[in-house]
Amino acid sequence: MEFWKDPLKAAADWLAGILVGWGLASQVSQVIIAFLGVLILISLLMVLDIFLVWVERKTVARFQDRLGPNRLGPFGLIQPFADIIKLLIKEDTTPGGADKWVYNLAPVLSMMSVLMIWAIIPLAPTVVGVDLNVGILYLIAAGAIGTLSIIMAGWSSNNKFAMIGAFREVAILVSFEIPMLTILLIPTVLSGTMGINGIIESQSLWYVFLSPLGALIFLIAAIAELGRAPFDMGEAESELVAGYNIEYSGMKFGMFYAGELLHAFTFGGFWAIFFFGGYRFFGLEKVHPFLAVAVLIFKAMLGYWVIMWVKYTLMRIRIDHMLALNWKFLTPLAFILLMATALTNAILKNSSILIYWAGMFIVNIIIAFVALEIARRVSTAQRARLEGRKGAAAA
Amino acid sequence: MNNEWLFVAFFIVIGALVPIAAISVAWLVSPKKSNPIKQSTYECGIETVGESWVQFKAQYYIFALVFLVFDVETVFLFPWAVKIGQLGLFAVVEGIIFIGILIAGLVYTWRKGMLEWS
Amino acid sequence: MTISQIIFLVVAGFTLASALMVVTTRNLIHAALFLVATLFGVAVVYAILQAGFLAVVQVVIYIGAIAILFIFAVMLTRRDMRDRGPQMNRMQWIGALLALLIFIGLSFLLSSWDGYSAVAQEMPADFDTMGRLGEALVSPDAYLLPFEVASVLLLAALVGAVYVAYTRR
Repeated sequence: MEFWKDPLKAAADWLAGILVGWGLASQVSQVIIAFLGVLILISLLMVLDIFLVWVERKTVARFQDRLGPNRLGPFGLIQPFADIIKLLIKEDTTPGGADKWVYNLAPVLSMMSVLMIWAIIPLAPTVVGVDLNVGILYLIAAGAIGTLSIIMAGWSSNNKFAMIGAFREVAILVSFEIPMLTILLIPTVLSGTMGINGIIESQSLWYVFLSPLGALIFLIAAIAELGRAPFDMGEAESELVAGYNIEYSGMKFGMFYAGELLHAFTFGGFWAIFFFGGYRFFGLEKVHPFLAVAVLIFKAMLGYWVIMWVKYTLMRIRIDHMLALNWKFLTPLAFILLMATALTNAILKNSSILIYWAGMFIVNIIIAFVALEIARRVSTAQRARLEGRKGAAAA
Repeated sequence: MNNEWLFVAFFIVIGALVPIAAISVAWLVSPKKSNPIKQSTYECGIETVGESWVQFKAQYYIFALVFLVFDVETVFLFPWAVKIGQLGLFAVVEGIIFIGILIAGLVYTWRKGMLEWS
Repeated sequence: MTISQIIFLVVAGFTLASALMVVTTRNLIHAALFLVATLFGVAVVYAILQAGFLAVVQVVIYIGAIAILFIFAVMLTRRDMRDRGPQMNRMQWIGALLALLIFIGLSFLLSSWDGYSAVAQEMPADFDTMGRLGEALVSPDAYLLPFEVASVLLLAALVGAVYVAYTRR
């Protein structure tokens, strides 16, 4: 009976029993089991990554009114494996003037920065990699290594397109990190912890109801952090061809590509974790750990789908507009929202849940409305000024 | 050693080994027939002029500087945000003053035109 | 020697080696990247000491912001990425001697301090480091004033940066 309640723990205990039976110290066997667990999780992630290639291609095909991969296997499911074989047997060219070490290290760091995030993601109440009490900052730290890999790739390729792409991309990434960090303070304020598991545990009311504006800003900042359209300045095809990874081919390019897809899925998961209750779904997570994992994967897929929806619907924004959106709109808005949330939380936290929820919600709606109204007036005035100048030039 | 960071270290090490393994396998099975044309820098078929490690716009540097200041500030706010629920209104007001001073910095930067991309 | 001591020695060796590479490599971007490796090594040392917040902040601030700033600065000030001048000057032996003397002096001074040979206690598993830090930062009898002054200092840094970079249009 024990086995069915928590198969993973039962398996770990069983393995620990065997290892101790071999004469290993119990601590050493714990370390070995942890190592094996990480190995299995990362292998599963790589399989998921292969599957994500298919999901992405199929979804974009739907958005663009075509079929997508449909030849290999049922619904084209075997297609990603064919892609992998192609990437494997493709010649790996290195540009002559490249800086070999940095050039080869960049794709590895890019993939690593995504995989290391999964150390802190709680898949189920009992299936937690490690519940760091600085979980949120760990997420940002992993992002910092990803940023570094982009600048390394752009610089080492010895290509002007790659260099420009990397610089633009990094400027966007670091800029959008500020609203992202500020918005991540809101779940911290509401739950009183920075541990990811603690944040999920305290969401008996999903934070999207307490801070809908925060969820929206997080989504925008996350899409920018992923470097996806409409913020894909780094690889603007029509001007920079492919951006920072232009000189990469074969499996090294594959690592950038797979890393980007897994990163998008991961941020879909984090959107679910911070604002949609993570693995929680009306007590379903308590029935069986695997059910909780399924709930989290489902929510992450939904988040990933929203990110794809935005990507394939909107067109690319110019870099000056993008930076203006960040520094002149999202950053002040995020700071004001944080202050308002902290204040409302302190005033209303002892009142009943309904008043608390209503207060938070109304504050969010008011801030969103005022911000949009100001933005609308400013942009209308700017547009009028630009059109006036154009009219004067024509006359 | 009962340290949760050991687990994180496993993630980092295996997370680095997996792409290294994938790239190594590709290196083993892929053909290697390089020539100077293949190795040349790709710039849409046009011959490369000069080195690509050239001087860059100062604008990037200014954004990185502004980012650095706000990054340090938000990191300072995290311990505050963790404890705020238990400390009452006084602590909230302190945090708001902290953020307010930095918003003043943002406004100053904005007024000086440093946030314009030119 | 315990396992954590071995891990510490490996990490410290890595940190020192990459720090040495920072000053000896002739390529400026390589120097910046070795600096990143050094800072990452320091973050790992923090993690070994179970100072999780410092470890993560080290990566977020130093690798995520300052290293990027360095690389941007190198890219926009230098036309040539390689340093061609001599790396040593006439005073190298005197410098080495001074460094050695300072090292011996510091080791001698520190060895008379009783914290030098003390072994740090293992932190209890439920010790709330973040909570303690947050409380200390906002309570008036602890670090409230430094906390607010830090914000003024950051404002001053921002104003200074804008002033230096300001170009009249």
